[in-house]
Amino acid sequence: MFRTLDQETGETLTVHVDGRPVAAIADESVAALLLRQAAPWCRTTPVSGALRAPYCMMGVCFDCLAVVDGVPSVQTCLTPVREGMRIERQQGRPDVTP
Amino acid sequence: MSRHVDLLIVGAGPAGMSAAIVAKRHGLRVLVVDEQPSPGGQIWRNIENLAGTPRAGLLGKAYGEGAAVVGRFRASGADYEPGTQLWHVEAGAGARAFLRRDGAASSVRAGCVLLATGAQERPAPFPGWTLPGVMTVGAAQIVLKSSGQIPSGPVWIAGCGPLPLLYAMQLLQAGGMVAGFLDTTPPGRSREVIAALPAALLGAPGDLLKGLSWIARLRRHVPYIRHVAAIEATGEGGLENIRYVTADGRDATVEARLLLVHEGLVPTIHPTLALGCRHVWNTDQDSFAPALDGWGETSEQNVFVAGDGAGIGGARAACLRGELAALRIAAKAGRLSEAEAEALALPVRSRLARALSPRRFLDRYYRPRPAVFIPPDQTIACRCEEVRVAAIREQIGASRPGPNQVKAFTRAGMGPCQGRQCGYTVAHVLAAAEGRSVPDVGLYRVRPPLKPVTLGELAALDTMDALS
Amino acid sequence: MNGEAIDTLVVGGGLHGLSAALQLARGGRRVTILEKSWVGRHASGATAAGVRTLNRDPAEIPIALEAMEMWHGIEAIVGDGCGFQAHGQLNIAEHAHHLPKLESRLARMREAGYAHEELIDRAELLRLVPAISPHCVGALIARRDGAADPHRTLQAFRRSAEAAGVTIREGVGVDAIEPAGSDWRLRTEAGEFIAPTVINAAGAWAGKIAAMLGDDIPLGLKASMMIVTERIAPLLKPVISVAGRPLSFKQSDQGTLVIGGGLQGRADIEAQKSFVDFQELSKGARAATDLFPSIRSLRIVRSWAGIEATTKDHLPVICASPNAKGAFHCFGFSGHGFQLVPVVGAIMADLVIQGGTQRSIEGFGATRLMWQCAAA
Repeated sequence: MFRTLDQETGETLTVHVDGRPVAAIADESVAALLLRQAAPWCRTTPVSGALRAPYCMMGVCFDCLAVVDGVPSVQTCLTPVREGMRIERQQGRPDVTP
Repeated sequence: MSRHVDLLIVGAGPAGMSAAIVAKRHGLRVLVVDEQPSPGGQIWRNIENLAGTPRAGLLGKAYGEGAAVVGRFRASGADYEPGTQLWHVEAGAGARAFLRRDGAASSVRAGCVLLATGAQERPAPFPGWTLPGVMTVGAAQIVLKSSGQIPSGPVWIAGCGPLPLLYAMQLLQAGGMVAGFLDTTPPGRSREVIAALPAALLGAPGDLLKGLSWIARLRRHVPYIRHVAAIEATGEGGLENIRYVTADGRDATVEARLLLVHEGLVPTIHPTLALGCRHVWNTDQDSFAPALDGWGETSEQNVFVAGDGAGIGGARAACLRGELAALRIAAKAGRLSEAEAEALALPVRSRLARALSPRRFLDRYYRPRPAVFIPPDQTIACRCEEVRVAAIREQIGASRPGPNQVKAFTRAGMGPCQGRQCGYTVAHVLAAAEGRSVPDVGLYRVRPPLKPVTLGELAALDTMDALS
Repeated sequence: MNGEAIDTLVVGGGLHGLSAALQLARGGRRVTILEKSWVGRHASGATAAGVRTLNRDPAEIPIALEAMEMWHGIEAIVGDGCGFQAHGQLNIAEHAHHLPKLESRLARMREAGYAHEELIDRAELLRLVPAISPHCVGALIARRDGAADPHRTLQAFRRSAEAAGVTIREGVGVDAIEPAGSDWRLRTEAGEFIAPTVINAAGAWAGKIAAMLGDDIPLGLKASMMIVTERIAPLLKPVISVAGRPLSFKQSDQGTLVIGGGLQGRADIEAQKSFVDFQELSKGARAATDLFPSIRSLRIVRSWAGIEATTKDHLPVICASPNAKGAFHCFGFSGHGFQLVPVVGAIMADLVIQGGTQRSIEGFGATRLMWQCAAA
């Protein structure tokens, strides 16, 4: 849905989105990274299972939630990417069954 | 374990940074916390990395102005903690704020608290606004500022106010494509608000001329549809079509992958609502704001608000309001006499009046159309719990329920956003149906935490207290 | 305005007021509820809605057991299941040294002839609650207990009360009560209401109403705090409490975890507001994460404190007024009145219509709390 500007040549690092390695730009948010993917959604809702994507990008709407390094419901618009980060799209209600 | 500062500032945007600079100048111990990874707020987001780059150039002069303020803030000596969320705050003798950062909760005690939490885009629900492919204009601009990203295909922009125009210009300049611009400003506005124009022209002639030139340029480059009264987004799992209807009945459907919407800003008032501060209704801005004295102090002693959280006024006004609050807080702490504070405030106040002079015109010209407040029945009002406007209406009966009852019985407002997206919609729907005013109906009671803290983080607070 | 037809005024539109009004209306009374804000504003809207006989005071057990039968047929009473699910309530023994307390409780129950509580071992506990930390050693259980949905319960009681002819006046607070011949006159901002019978079901404000009727009943105040998390996939079915820890823990139908346990926030009775004390609430979060370690990363979405009246012995006041003829009390449930709602409504109807009840309410008289009476 989005692309980086041609003029951008930021430092790149590698993260994993649903298990697949993806190049990320240092300092960008996880939400921004997800908006650049072929499937630009981040979660399905816990109520109806509808797809959602980042909406406000400033920490207000809580639509950009995803599982980051195993932690569910992380606000990805407030979370900068880190080398080796594991990002998973969040499917409905988090399951914390041990 | 709990730290103590003279002044806790929440938010490192124009108001928070300016207040910190002034407060440090007068010798206060200042802590500034902010959700974002770097100072600047939304308006000057990522300015430290971008100052002097081509991207800063295309973001414009007002963006570039932030570099100097951020520089002074960095040099001020104020403690600054980015990536930090305020999740609870208590006023009273010695305010206490609860924070979370990097998965750990902590608390800090402060002589005064300045909430410089800015604004959020006004929730503007319409059928299909929850689909992937529908975002706010502000969100797209944040992505441009913070990540250097623009929409990969042609984008539709819909809305009312200066921001959609500004972003459209920035996008074109950055090499992006605008498929079309749906101007949702209702017809007849020029006539209605002409009385407010002279003050605006005197105060900020440049801004108004800039706006007019943007519209002219945009109309030369992209389809520009005026007086759009209704919008609907449809698609399976993502945006595919936008249907719009204009005030004169033109009904069209266009294909689209990305729709950016914006219907103005509203002050962030969750923290002041949670604190029990008195709020007032601003008719021109169709929103609540905390009731403040001339310095920005709320009805709760030692709790101050500055910046757009005090009422939408823009970055320049935010800086000045931050300075005023800091002067008063310094005086309260005995670092200045009342007379010294008054003397220092005098020129700030006159600059503030000038900075706010175009406000009335802008607010009235860009007042959202009625459907923004009362969307069609099938519209999802509460994004979190997926509660539709119709379900809210069903609650309205002889007992004339308020927002808290609607919340209890429909679950609207019970999700993680805490009613930030549906509070005004519920208030407007109830007010219209019950023949009451929106300020009379009011908003949901805010139930803490302001931002979701985890059970593990809260549990650790127990241990920390035991250690201290 | 004051409708000559009213013969019973119920002060307080919480669940107990609604239940009493419902049963009285079904008994032929013409009932009006006066509610100072709105139905379910305080304790009834803030409750965890536990339906519990487990660990009840012996004085409450007879009516709690009858109430439990009513809950199992609640749809027949109020036309809706109220979201009641009987997956049991458990009081967990975390360590071996917690077991003797549970065992002696069970022995007392058996001695008194009650069979609704039983002791289960670690294996049965883990079978019933697989998510619980394996360090726990056993539990006391009441298998027919469970929990309901508080808002559905409120709506069901309200609707059935209205269907039975009850008039509910919201936003009508009682400012003064005075005798009017053989009737009572209740002064409100919305005018005067006159009726021969008054039921005081005013929750945290019941002490004030009692005083207006001439009964000086000392009451304490509770502001029990609750936590609700984001919605999660099914984790557990029963309601959990823990011996020696401030915790009650359940998962709602919506998937949220609802965490309470009687930790106290602050109440401002004049402002009708309550406040959460997070430092105190952190103890509840600690207990919850100790018992269910996998929930540590879950987000707390909401917390609140509900205001309710307590008595010094934590038993309710359910009786005819000792001083005011035609007045009846029904309050002071001390944080555990939800389960009793259906039966207490029936008791109030007994007291008003028949002038007495066969049900066991000996322990709930107001005079036990009125020291000046006791001294006299």
